[in-house]
Formats: sequence, structure tokens, C-alpha cells
Amino acid sequence: MKHLRQLEDQSVYILREAYKHFNNLAMLWSMGKDSTVLLWLARKAFFGHVPFPLLHVDTSYKIPAMIEYRDRLAREWGLDLVVGQNKEALAAGMNHTLGRVVCCTALKTNGLKQLLENKGYTGVILGVRADEEGTRAKERYFSPRDKHGDWDFRDQPPELWDQYKTTFPPGTHIRIHPLLDWTEINIWEYIKLESIPFIDLYLDKGDGTRYRSLGCAPCTTPIKSTAKTVDDIIEELRHTTVAERSGRAQDEGRGMELLRKDGYM
Amino acid sequence: MTTTNTKPSENLNIVIVGHVDHGKSTLLGRLYADTGSLPDGKLEKVQAICKQQGKEFEYAFLFDAFLEEQEQGITIDTARTFFMWKGRQYIIIDAPGHKEFLKNMISGAARAEAALLLIDALEGVKEQSKKHGYLLSLLGVRQFAVVVNKMDLVGYRQDVFDGIEKEYREFLGQFKAVPSQFIPVSAKLGDNIANRSGQMSWYGGPTVLDTLSAFQKEAVRSEQPLRLPVQDVYKFDARRIITGRIAAGRLKVGDHLVFSPSNKRANIRTVEAFNIEPQPTEGQAGQSIGITLDEQIFVERGEIASRQEHLPSVSTAFRANLFWLGKRPLEKGRKYLLRVATKEVDCEVASIHRIIDTMDLAQQQGSHSVGKNQVAELTLRTKTPIAFDLSASFEATGRFVLVDEYDIAGGGIITELVHDDQEFLREEARRRDFAWVKGEVTVEDRAQQYGHRAAIVLITGGRHTGKSFLARKLEGRLVADGRHAYLLDGENLRRGLDADLSDEERGQTTEMARRYGEVARLLMDTGLIVVSTTNPFGLAYREASEAIRTLVHPAPVIAVHMSKTVEEPPPNTDVVLTGPTDFDAATARILEELKRRGVLAQAIGAKPVFQYSI
Repeated sequence: MKHLRQLEDQSVYILREAYKHFNNLAMLWSMGKDSTVLLWLARKAFFGHVPFPLLHVDTSYKIPAMIEYRDRLAREWGLDLVVGQNKEALAAGMNHTLGRVVCCTALKTNGLKQLLENKGYTGVILGVRADEEGTRAKERYFSPRDKHGDWDFRDQPPELWDQYKTTFPPGTHIRIHPLLDWTEINIWEYIKLESIPFIDLYLDKGDGTRYRSLGCAPCTTPIKSTAKTVDDIIEELRHTTVAERSGRAQDEGRGMELLRKDGYM
Repeated sequence: MTTTNTKPSENLNIVIVGHVDHGKSTLLGRLYADTGSLPDGKLEKVQAICKQQGKEFEYAFLFDAFLEEQEQGITIDTARTFFMWKGRQYIIIDAPGHKEFLKNMISGAARAEAALLLIDALEGVKEQSKKHGYLLSLLGVRQFAVVVNKMDLVGYRQDVFDGIEKEYREFLGQFKAVPSQFIPVSAKLGDNIANRSGQMSWYGGPTVLDTLSAFQKEAVRSEQPLRLPVQDVYKFDARRIITGRIAAGRLKVGDHLVFSPSNKRANIRTVEAFNIEPQPTEGQAGQSIGITLDEQIFVERGEIASRQEHLPSVSTAFRANLFWLGKRPLEKGRKYLLRVATKEVDCEVASIHRIIDTMDLAQQQGSHSVGKNQVAELTLRTKTPIAFDLSASFEATGRFVLVDEYDIAGGGIITELVHDDQEFLREEARRRDFAWVKGEVTVEDRAQQYGHRAAIVLITGGRHTGKSFLARKLEGRLVADGRHAYLLDGENLRRGLDADLSDEERGQTTEMARRYGEVARLLMDTGLIVVSTTNPFGLAYREASEAIRTLVHPAPVIAVHMSKTVEEPPPNTDVVLTGPTDFDAATARILEELKRRGVLAQAIGAKPVFQYSI
């Protein structure tokens, strides 16, 4: 438990730094386990309040239960929810059969970029974790994006001790990653410790499968698992050697490096 | 190897550093493979890619995620990886060794609690081996082991290992760094990584994995005197919560806190938290906490809370060791943004004492700039006084970064307090504030009653620039608007309070300014907006205004400078009036500044705004 409080203290510090330095700040919420823990940490940092809007980039392909869960928590916790969607691309018939990287770029990366541009957010808080995949392992807590939202991973600014990059040229923005040091197990341990409400797609409801990572319905497949409680999940993860995102199609080949360089979350 | 996956009790951040190509990523890959910490198929997948591309498999490819890194066979940016071993969760930071990417190495090492430093047995101690060793010490990473890699390439010979150990220990000894171990390994072949080597019977020490287990989680900071740098102040609801991360020591409800450099004091009323039952009543080093106080004092981000018996230093200058990572050189006289804990303040480089060559620790003097990746000893001077510590006593409040334009461009540790000319007055103010006897009426009560905060408008400038006229006009306008303002004319002090001074003594700016400042401080405690000019000090107005500032600190000083022609105003001037003055416009500008500083009411924005008071 001590290690969870250490992670919590660091994330809370980062969230408070973000709130202090960015006038136009928002947090991305996909209703998945990570960004929901992030939302909970915001309530920790600000003593029950969430003093910035939560953004959901809706691809229209999300699992319906996720949308219900989103609207319920938004109501109960008094969240300022902002939903964005790349309507043009959807009207033109964008879907995953046109290519996964193509579809992710149009509906998620570009959907996010449109939302950021329209609202003029200069700081965006995201729940990415370093242990998810290789390029995220190289992220900074405060990571600049250029005018096109692109990530220049070859030339990242230094990050020293608890001092983060909070100044940036006009037209650019900063991505803030308070969960970088958390692992998948830590997320579930914390959900248990704090009794955080989560979406039950992560649990086996009798058919011997559950989702380990949530994305769009067509590109996310459940894994074989009989984990019916959070404790079961933690126990399962302690013994697994299967990668968390093995059910996520976009990670195949060099998909993630290409997507993230162009501003994917 | 599921036995490794026991429940973790703590996290430990480890960084792997060393010269390029000495095998850091390989060591990391090997450590994972030999402890069964790799996901299924990861090893096979990377091996298949290598075969397909016709190159020999290397463990380094497991973590060099970027295409470019694999193509060039070097690590470009620091990667965090995780593994569990004997009840501890390790976050291992693989830092690049190429000198081009020193800023990435430093970013990695600054997060670490312990380090492994690699040296290639065949190549021996190289430039970056030394630089990284020196920087670990500068960054405050005191726990580290030296791993001598590629022992297979030197026939596992003990004399080679001993030679490297001797040479490197001597180098480290020059700045008193002491490694916990020297370990001979072959990361490629797995000797002494997770398993003991059969090739080096002459070595009886621990493996790399054993060494990681032996690293201690630092815990001593909570036994130090309290340091709580204020991060922010929230008022989302009825509570006014001061937040921050405790950098050292511990606190509990009822403790008496002093905030530096403002010298404000209050007791802790509550410790606030969300979703923790029962509500906590204490906190210790490392925790991000929130507290409320028993008195509504104004404190702001950047101040350091401590106990009265163990105060941090306060000055406008300190000496430091700095490493520079900026795209353009650090230059003497140029202005930078200084960040110490949560304080941000403009500063300039007062002097560069010497550049340190990290190869042989030779020192070069008389330089006016510090180039990229160089280390230097220098003195920094801040625009306003700040609270800090020496890094030898307190880590978190004894180190700093410099921001050049938009980027953090350098960092360092504070080695020495530099006394400035305000030291005695500052000490007088501190003693006076600590002993100040308060009535029942609080500052907040007065502000409520008057509808504004206390402040001083200090008008500086040479003779016949219209200072007195503007001061009168401003006082009139403030009172006509229903404010409580008072024109404090130095002439009135001369005949009364200063009547005991000889003519010679009256000619001395220091004592005259001290008396003037103390009277202004007293008037401000009554809740007034004091309007004043530096007329009594003639042309010594710069010195006088500095002294007055020190004595009334931290009350807001609105500095107005008047001159007939363009000239350099005193430091920290808020309103500059040059040439023939339009007194109505000048008055309006000063009123605007009073609003901006929160002395007069202003619209409350989206974020909580806290107004100033003594």
C-alpha cells in the first residue's frame, strides 16, 4: 500500500503543477481504467473538485456501456464533460476496415486535435503509462507538442527533479502525464484501495472472457479470463506474461510509434 | 518465474548510466530475460525481426523502442521499464550514453534514487564514464554501484577489473563519491547479472540483481527539520487550503509554522484530504498534502513553511554548482527564470567563478559564458529575496533549475549563501515580525471594513520631476474614491522622530531609510494605503527604496519612477513615467496597478484569487 501512496503523492503533485501553470487546462477521459484513476486522482488533488473540463474524443465506435458509464459519473461527480467527434471523417464513412492507422489517425488523433484547437487548450492531461508500450516509456511528465500537435521525440526538453516544462511558445501545447510511473497492476491495486467505480467490461461475467484494455469495439478483443473481481484481476496480472495491449490491433508492427509521433495520445 | 511477483511493498527508481556502447541497454535486457520479466513472445519477436533484417540479436533491442534507436544501435531517450523482484517494484531508467543526449541522461538520473554505472572492461574509463559519475553526485544520487561490463572480451581477467576499479575510485574520490560495489559482468553472456558467473571465481561480491536488492529506499528525510514549499492555495469551497509536497520533516495539527521569506506565522488547524477516513492529522516528507491554518494570513506559492527554530536561508544571492544543457550558452549578466522548489523568480548570473572539466576536474577561470553540457561554479542574484537551503543540508530546497526562454536549460545545487546588503534590515524585519503583538482586530477585519488591502506606493526619481505633486494628487484621488490613504512625507519625520539625530546622521541614507521604512510598516499595519516619495533621500533614492522594500516586505510595494528623460529606473519598478507627465493618466495607471496587485477590488476570475495583506 505504501508504494501506491508514493505514486499517488507524485501524481497529485503533477496535477497541482498543471493546474497552477495552465489557464486553459483539460483532462482526457476515455472511461478506461487508467483515465478513470486519473480522474479520481484529480478529485484527490483538488479535495473532491475537478476544476477543469474532461474531454472525450468519441469515435462513435465505442462500446455502448462505456457511454452510459461516462454520463452517469459525469452526473454524480458534477463533471464538466466535453465530447468531441471528427464528424467530417465519420460522414465520409471512416471506419477501421480502411486501415487501422488511418482510422485511428482520423477519428482519434485528428478528433483530439480538432477539439484542442477549437477550445484553445494549452495543457492536456492524459492517463498514458510508461509500461503500456515502448514509445510511452520514453515520455516526459510534461511533454511539448508543436503547432501541428506533433511530438518531437528526438529532442525532448530536460526534466529535472520536480521541475517541469510549463512555458511554451504560442500555438503549441503541453501534454501532461501524471500516471507515467504506474503499472497496470498498480492501477487495479489503487482501484481496490480507493473503491473507485469502474466499468464492468473489465470483469468476466460468466463466459470466461473479459477486456483487459478498452478501445473501439471493432479493434479491441476480450482476453480469456475468469477474473470476476478486482482481486482476481490483480492475482491474474501477477502471473501473466501476456502484454496488456495484446488485444489492441493498433499496436501491431510500428503502429504506435507512427501514431504517437503525429500526436496520438 | 512467478515467485518474483510477490506483492510489492515499495517502489525504487534506478538509473543505468555510462559511456555510449558500454552496454547499458544490453544489461537491462539481460536482467529482464534472466528474471523472467519479459512478456510472452517479446524475446522471440525481437529475435525474429533481427533475423529478418540480417543482424545479430542484441538484448538492447528489447527496450530501444524507436526505429531510429534500433537502426543506429544507440539509445536516444531515457526509457522507464518496470520489474518486480523480492517484494519491490523497480522502475529502471535506461539513460542514453552518447554525449549528444546528455540532457536525456540527466532527465533520467534526476528521477533516480540509486544508479548503476557501466564501464566497458575493454575500453576502460571513458569521457562519459567520468561525466556521468560526476553528474550523479551533482544530481544527488549518492547510492550507486559500478558495473564493469564485457569481462568476456578481456578473458575474465582480474587484473583488468582491478585496474579499472583503482582508476575510477581515485576519480570519484576527488568529489567524495563512494560506490557501494564494483561488479565484474558480461551482460551479453549473463555473467553476474542475475546468476553468479562460473568464469570469475576470484570475485566474491554480489551480482547485479543482489546489488539492486541491497539499495535502500531513502527514508531519512522525514527526520529532518520541516520544509514545506507552498505549491498553491485553493478555495474551492469554504476551506482555504494551502497545498504542497513536504520536502523534509513532518507536521501535525497544532504545529506553529513560519512562512519564509514573508515571515508570516500561523498554526495548523486541519490536515485536509479526499476519501480518507478518519481525516488525517499529520503528514511527513514525500506527501502531497493540504492544510488549513487557524488565521487567515496571506501566503503564496514559493514560500517555504518551517518551524521557527529551523528557518531556511533568505537572500537575493547564492553560490551554486550548475550544469548547462541549453541550446545557447549561459551568459554572465543575462536574465533567466530561476525555480527553487515551487518559487519562480527572475535572476541573473552575477559571476561565473570557474568552469569545471569533468574529465580531469581541472578548473578554468575568467569565463563569461557556460557552454552546452558544461559544469560551472557561479553566483546567481535574484530580483526579490527568496527562501532556500544549502543542498548539503536539504536536497529539495537546495537545488534549482534555470529556464531560458521556454525551456529548462540548466540545473544545479546551492553550495553557499551569499550575503547581500539588505541582510541586517531583513534580520531586523524578521525579529520584529516574530515578536509583533497583535490586537483582536485582524488584517482581514480591517480589509473588510476598508474595502481594500494595505500597500505602499513609492515614487522615486531625481529632483523636480513632479514626485510630490503626483503623490498629493494620488492621495486626493484615493480618498475621494473612499479609500483610506495617507501621504507620508519624510519632512515630517525629520522634525519629530528624527529630531534626536545630528545633522551628520541625518545625511546618512541607511538610518533615515530604516526609520522611514518602520513608520511605513506601522501605518500599513493599520490598513492604510501609504503614498510616499523618496524626496527626503535626494539622489540616494535607489538605496533608500531598497531598504524600505526590505522593511515592509511582504506587503505590496507599487514602485513608480519619474524622470524628465529616459533613464534606467531602480530594479522592480512597476510604473515608469518619462518626460512631461499627464498627472491624471499617471494616477489612473497607478490605480490600475493597485487593482492588478489585488490591493483594490477586482473581478474574481475562474481560479481562486487571493489578495494581499500584511
